[in-house]
Amino acid sequence: MSETNVMNPQGGGHEKPAYIAPGHSFATITDKISSIVLTQKVSVGWLIGLGISASLASLLLVAISYLFVKGIGIWGNNIPVGWAFDITNFVWWIGIGHAGTLISAILLLLRQQWRTSINRFAEAMTLFAVACAGMFPLIHVGRPWLAYWLMPIPNTMGVWPQFRSPLIWDVFAVSTYATVSLLFWFVGLIPDLATLRDRTTSKIGRVIYGIFALGWRGSAMHWHRYETAYLLLAGMATPLVVSVHTVVSFDFAVSLIPGWHTTVFPPYFVAGAIYSGFAMVLTLAIPIRAAYGLEDFITARHLNVMAKVMLSTGLIVAYGYALEAFMSWYSGNRFERDMMWNRMAGPYWWAYWGLILTNVAIPQLLWFKQIRSQAVVLWLISIVINIGMWLERFVIIVTSLHRDFLPSSWGMFTPTFWDWATYVGTIGLFLTLLFLFIRFLPMIAIFEMRTLVPEAKVREHGN
Amino acid sequence: MADHDIYGVMAEFDSPTALVRGANRAREAGYLKMDAYSPFPIEELREALGFRQTKLPMIVAGGALLGALAGWGLQVWVSSIAYPLNVGGRPLISWPSFVPPMFETAVLFAAFAAVGGMLALNGLPMPYHPVFNVPRFVMASRDRFFLCIEARDPRFDRAATRTFLESLEPREVSDVER
Repeated sequence: MSETNVMNPQGGGHEKPAYIAPGHSFATITDKISSIVLTQKVSVGWLIGLGISASLASLLLVAISYLFVKGIGIWGNNIPVGWAFDITNFVWWIGIGHAGTLISAILLLLRQQWRTSINRFAEAMTLFAVACAGMFPLIHVGRPWLAYWLMPIPNTMGVWPQFRSPLIWDVFAVSTYATVSLLFWFVGLIPDLATLRDRTTSKIGRVIYGIFALGWRGSAMHWHRYETAYLLLAGMATPLVVSVHTVVSFDFAVSLIPGWHTTVFPPYFVAGAIYSGFAMVLTLAIPIRAAYGLEDFITARHLNVMAKVMLSTGLIVAYGYALEAFMSWYSGNRFERDMMWNRMAGPYWWAYWGLILTNVAIPQLLWFKQIRSQAVVLWLISIVINIGMWLERFVIIVTSLHRDFLPSSWGMFTPTFWDWATYVGTIGLFLTLLFLFIRFLPMIAIFEMRTLVPEAKVREHGN
Repeated sequence: MADHDIYGVMAEFDSPTALVRGANRAREAGYLKMDAYSPFPIEELREALGFRQTKLPMIVAGGALLGALAGWGLQVWVSSIAYPLNVGGRPLISWPSFVPPMFETAVLFAAFAAVGGMLALNGLPMPYHPVFNVPRFVMASRDRFFLCIEARDPRFDRAATRTFLESLEPREVSDVER
């Protein structure tokens, strides 16, 4: 702490920054990143992208409005498959959010400098993904206007939440996660908002950025407390992110349903969350860096490192699948064996083998350096993994529920138009928020990028 | 303009190295009330300016403790007094299941303590501050580094302090009006 800078922890000896193209100075970094927000004209591509995303988000509005009028009978889930697309999408979105926290908090603690150019928009991705995720349990309760019953709020009925239920833990975990992510993101933005305040030529911009910059002036003592707060937030966010997906996995693991009731779930869910989150970061980062010419900041080395993180977390997930299959056989439990056999050869066999193909087989291509160095191929693989991680949750939820202990209570789930509309609609909402974010806020942390410039290091010569 | 009309005198530097050197020299010259402004955190400045460690970590620890107690207390009170539910004969205060929500409330309170504490100790939000009166100060959020010796310093003398700052070879020295 005393010798190196928190934001630039590599410190001693290294004169050459590895994760920024040579030739950049404090000024060029500031101008390049802030120009995306302040001076560049609105591009046609951005407008088209926002238009498509906003249309999909409108579809979400229609789907939810119709849901409120008719009730959740418009979806395909019904007993025995009481959870289907809604919870699949919830877990998928929450998992995607986790990479943002991992990049901004865990990699900060592990002193990984490469996080600097991607942490800001990964955190934004976290927030938007959690917003999409939170919507699903809320609308799935059936009477969304009573969703506040989940919170411990004094009421005239004298009824309180049941704290022995993982579903209530989930309420606490996800709402805390959303709040802490928002705080973390906002604290990270304050100095950059001050930069925008000082650099914008528009009067309205100066007022709005000025209000949110809180009067930040870069004082040395302020920076010291700021870095302490940021580091402490990172230290809190790290166990928090692990706890969130652990609690999400408890929603399943604490129940008795074969295919859910297993101890491997918490670590396997957390690894899966990081896996899907990095896939989503790549899915977003590769087109954005091409569109805005950010190859100097998000370099080929960044893509390479993220691909390696995906490969390793993907292997943990693959181990989880193998262990699930092995334990269902080794347990000698008839219901467990039936469950596994039904996943592989039952009516939803295509989902299981699709999952193995997209999440286990295809990502093995990432072993090859040639593949990791090709942005387009990497982008396609990241999309394949996104699909795979969605299939994983679908397999866990639907195939476990549709055949439980009694054959008399077996059933099938078929998604309806409204299932798809709600899912695609949240993707639209997510992308809409992201398009607005890259236009109105600096998508790369400017002040942290400045610390990567060689001149940022104080030289010891003569006092 | 008399001495009490100005907030201080400010020097502008090109690099963090020059700023830290300037701050060290000012401290050695006996100045006490000064502050430095930079576009990114510079660890060496805290020592150069003679600032003490922040007490923010204690505030955050307090927040975490308060959050844990609040979460624990809420669950124990709800489960045993406000709404006791007998589930299969399990004890009302079945504490292992109270741990995850307690952890979450501890983190939540600690996070608010970290952000609120940092802002409160820094005196933010502060919409007006005299340093913004220096036109070139807008560069403090881009690529320039500033050292301001404040008028409330016992050794402050407008002319002498200005001469001293000029001896540090800055780009420019300006008066900071109140």
